[in-house]
Amino acid sequence: MSSRSRPMQPWLPRVAFLYAALLILLPLAALAYGVAEHLGGTWRALTSGPALDALSRTITLATIALAVHLVLGVMTAWVVVRDDFFGKRALVWLADVPLAMSPITIGLAFFVVFGREGWLYPLFTQLDLKVVFAFPGLVLVTLFVTLPFMIREVVLLLEDLGTSEEEAAATMGASPWQVFVHITLPNILPALTSASALVVARALGEFGAVLVIGGAISGETDTATTFVFHAIEERQLPAAYGMSMVLVALSVAAFATFSALRRKVRS
Amino acid sequence: MSPRKARIALRTGVVAWMVILVVVPISGLVLRALASGPAAFWGYVVDPVALAALRLTFGTAALAATINAVGGTLIAWVLVRGKHPALSALVDIPFAVPTLVTGVVLVALFGPQAWLGQVLIAVDTPIVFARPGIVLAMLFISLPLVVRTVEPVLSELDPAEEDAAETLGASRWQVFRHVLWPAMLPAVAAAWVQTFARCIAEFGSIAALSGNIPRETLVASVYILGELEAGHADAAAAISVVLLVLSLGLQPAASALVERRYARV
Repeated sequence: MSSRSRPMQPWLPRVAFLYAALLILLPLAALAYGVAEHLGGTWRALTSGPALDALSRTITLATIALAVHLVLGVMTAWVVVRDDFFGKRALVWLADVPLAMSPITIGLAFFVVFGREGWLYPLFTQLDLKVVFAFPGLVLVTLFVTLPFMIREVVLLLEDLGTSEEEAAATMGASPWQVFVHITLPNILPALTSASALVVARALGEFGAVLVIGGAISGETDTATTFVFHAIEERQLPAAYGMSMVLVALSVAAFATFSALRRKVRS
Repeated sequence: MSPRKARIALRTGVVAWMVILVVVPISGLVLRALASGPAAFWGYVVDPVALAALRLTFGTAALAATINAVGGTLIAWVLVRGKHPALSALVDIPFAVPTLVTGVVLVALFGPQAWLGQVLIAVDTPIVFARPGIVLAMLFISLPLVVRTVEPVLSELDPAEEDAAETLGASRWQVFRHVLWPAMLPAVAAAWVQTFARCIAEFGSIAALSGNIPRETLVASVYILGELEAGHADAAAAISVVLLVLSLGLQPAASALVERRYARV
């Protein structure tokens, strides 16, 4: 590659490494040190009932978000790229809106619609379904914050792939469903894996929106992040550091798993 | 079901899904902000504490975007012109760190319990529970955004142009000033805008470390939460709408900047 032929001044990479290391590694090292310092206390805090309950709720939310977006995100991306109708561009724009919103604003938006004074409150009360300060509210905001990732990645890949393979299969008599299952789906697998990692990491780490809509009620709507927040407020540092570490480890594991899957589907 | 009918059913389903998940809550928020009329809306925005929170948020976000525009562009340049897989992995770490955890780790490092924090407090430059902490949290969360926005544009710059300038006798500084800088400016500007938009929305990391003192370290997102908890949902919605309109307005500006650059290539 010709770009390698130009020599770079040696201080440039050093400064770049230093900047990234100071900004990112130093704080994470402090966290690791904090966990190591109170190892026994951390273990006790993490195996307590409320901690396990909050963590399992967070994992459930991430799983639901992944399952829903694997189906509806792919459907949306397919419609955006392969279908054609008035207002299609608006869908692309809407899918990106969650990226522009503060988590608190997201929680608030669901709160004003589903809360006591909201439009949908009477409807959901009749259905006997509690949204605000309840698990369904957590599901809704988690789906909202993770919405853009699957749609974005699959849209980009579908646009790159073009339609020639799909058209060839259709010409040979494949039904639209067969075309999707045998041609489109295998082709978009790499996008599904990388988007899945982003969905899971975002769902695990969401804080502001679940705090507002769920109220962080212990045993009902407490998640791993709201657990950390309360631990900090109550000066329970081993619990806060421990759960933070667990969240980072789970996110890193999600990225590692999905990138291994991605390599597998590519080969 | 015929393929045509299936296609229309799919289209309808997808539109309904997006309307329920995105359009309904956002319209609810906007209507709530305007529920008591435009005068009340304006009153919520110009409330002194709200205004101070907005000013602080915009100021710190602009500073963080500027610092990371420099640092992030430098990292992107090093990544594009050399092979540094460790640096590349390092840059993506913030994507895997929940924002609240970012706040927690910064307190672990700079908080009053940590020795580094004690040193900084002793020399009267506290980071945590003060404004520098807000900027630091914003720098951490937005670094990958800057690097990954600038990187694709930098990778398209042709080293031959730099060689040509050098052959004509240009110094390294002149090559940067007259060849590289004009070519990378739109991408850097786009990254600045995106980082600014991301930072004014930030909540988790800042809530954990800024101390949230009104008029001092209270940012807009934490102010919104406080208003909601105090039962002032209308005021919370009004400030939310200000943030939302700004972010949504900035997003197309950022993509226009990057696309204009692509259009010239």
